[in-house]
Amino acid sequence: MTNQAITTPAGGPAAPVQRRPMSNWIVAGISTVIGIALLLVVDSMSMDYAYLAAYTVLQFVVMASAFNILAGYGGYINFGSAGFFGIGVYTSVVVYKALAAPFYVTIPCCMLVGGLLGFGTGYLTLRLRGIFFAIATLALAVVLNTLMINWDYVGGARGVYVLRPSEVPLIGSYTRYLFIVMLAMAIASVLIARAVENSWLGRGLQAIKDDETAAECAGIPSLRIKLIATTLTGAMMGAAGAPFPYFVTYVDPATAFNLSIAVNTLAMPLIGGLGTWIGPVIGAVLLGSLQQLATVTISSAANLLIVGVLLMVFIVVAPQGIVGLVRGIRERRK
Amino acid sequence: MIFSWDLFINALVSGVLLGGIYCALAVGVTVAFGMLDINNIAHPAFIITGSYIAYWFNSRYGVDPLLIGFVAALPAFFVGRLLYRAYYYSFEAREGESLQGLAFFFGLLFIVEVSLLLFFGVDYRFVEAGYIGQSINLGIVSIPLRLLVPTVVGVVVTLCIMLFMNRTFIGRAILAVSQDPGALQLVGGSPVKVKEIAFGIAIATAIIAGALLIIIQPIEPSIGREYIGRVFAICVLGGMTSLTGTVVAAMLMGVVESLTTTFWGPSWAPLIAFGILLITLGVRPSGIFGR
Repeated sequence: MTNQAITTPAGGPAAPVQRRPMSNWIVAGISTVIGIALLLVVDSMSMDYAYLAAYTVLQFVVMASAFNILAGYGGYINFGSAGFFGIGVYTSVVVYKALAAPFYVTIPCCMLVGGLLGFGTGYLTLRLRGIFFAIATLALAVVLNTLMINWDYVGGARGVYVLRPSEVPLIGSYTRYLFIVMLAMAIASVLIARAVENSWLGRGLQAIKDDETAAECAGIPSLRIKLIATTLTGAMMGAAGAPFPYFVTYVDPATAFNLSIAVNTLAMPLIGGLGTWIGPVIGAVLLGSLQQLATVTISSAANLLIVGVLLMVFIVVAPQGIVGLVRGIRERRK
Repeated sequence: MIFSWDLFINALVSGVLLGGIYCALAVGVTVAFGMLDINNIAHPAFIITGSYIAYWFNSRYGVDPLLIGFVAALPAFFVGRLLYRAYYYSFEAREGESLQGLAFFFGLLFIVEVSLLLFFGVDYRFVEAGYIGQSINLGIVSIPLRLLVPTVVGVVVTLCIMLFMNRTFIGRAILAVSQDPGALQLVGGSPVKVKEIAFGIAIATAIIAGALLIIIQPIEPSIGREYIGRVFAICVLGGMTSLTGTVVAAMLMGVVESLTTTFWGPSWAPLIAFGILLITLGVRPSGIFGR
């Protein structure tokens, strides 16, 4: 929707007046209302599994939105999403073990570490374009995974248990508390993604995606823009991992750095529609819910099959994702 | 860490042996990804498919896994050609972005993996053959045939591909596509047809490599994931298009991993190997043998 407003020539005869992007405050308000509605729905189901399912979907809203910033706008595929997520998870574990700090301290720490990692990755791989960036991020995830396996303080390969309080005053069960935290993070990341899309950062990234050399020649500080984008992506993915150890109470490197996290994070924006802020949300909600359904009804192996099949079908049939499909239908109607 | 020359030499030898197998695993990636720019991240999944084909015929009919690998490579060649056709019409003909091709193969990777999982289950599978379990002793070095046979075959396969590329007409056409597809078109060649054949060869090598892999270690469906990073690392380290580079990089990877395993423990091996890759990408992105 908003993208159309940008691509429509400003003085074009067909440009309708109300096509201007909605103000961020209105979107924030709508998201909050949807968030509260979701909370009420999940509460009304009164079972723990509903929290788990909804939490997982929301977690992927954050991951997919973060992935989309770098890949959708900038064209840089981060294959190491699992690495950034995992570093968030393990930062959370370290904060828990070392400081025994309350949970709300954890999220900024995870964002900081994830952001620093993103900055470092960006700095190291700035000269790499396209597929090499993807390989470098994949290698980074393996390196981080290996480090965690060998770090006894956080449990090594055996994994680590996290004890959590059973109740939080005013909110209820701890699971519900973490769910609300994740809900807030999901809303925040959607708003961030939307703000990026409509800002100089998003437009700069799009220019880099179209032609990096031309963008540089046109005076776009591609270096700085890419660094900001990798840092932002890293921070968001790190934050997505922060509540995870508390939520599942046991983590090991194999879960925290699982390749299925990377494939989901890649598949969801692609299925929803890359390069639009709403695309990753649609993809995450659709694919995430479908997977939760499949886990309950069929088996958890079916999860990966669903991702694989949907990914291939969408890539071949609808390369622009659901958002692209909807746009195509709309344009045909005109 | 206890250092001893015995240990060091043994580690070195098994590293070279491991490198020979890595050669076979990575040669298909060098052909498909390095030369032809096809982001076939599903290559390890095809390798594991090869392993399961070897397992199936070995456990059913007691056929030698190596023989199965070479026989299965022929149908795999045609499957690879079909796959490239599908890929070509979906992406290259439409000038899709590289991300889409990557996602296509990522999807394929998981489809193959889950299919194997549903069919064969999650148990580790292995093959049986006369040479598994024997070893040759050369002074302080002991070489298990379980490692030596796949290594030799792996290196021979790689050398054959090298000869094929440099000596035959089609091989040279493949090299020409990797250098400049437009120029090949100008002199009357069809890059699509050449790429199709090359991709068929890449998949065929994956099946053979799978048969080699199941000789050295037991296999389960998701084990291919461990090799995604490795094979691409070898391809990049070797300078993308160079088969000689692939051999050297594979040996280097094998030796480094083996030394790390011996002196620090197996859990550290990926760190060193991928650390090397990251440093290479950061310092010299064109690899060791890159232009």
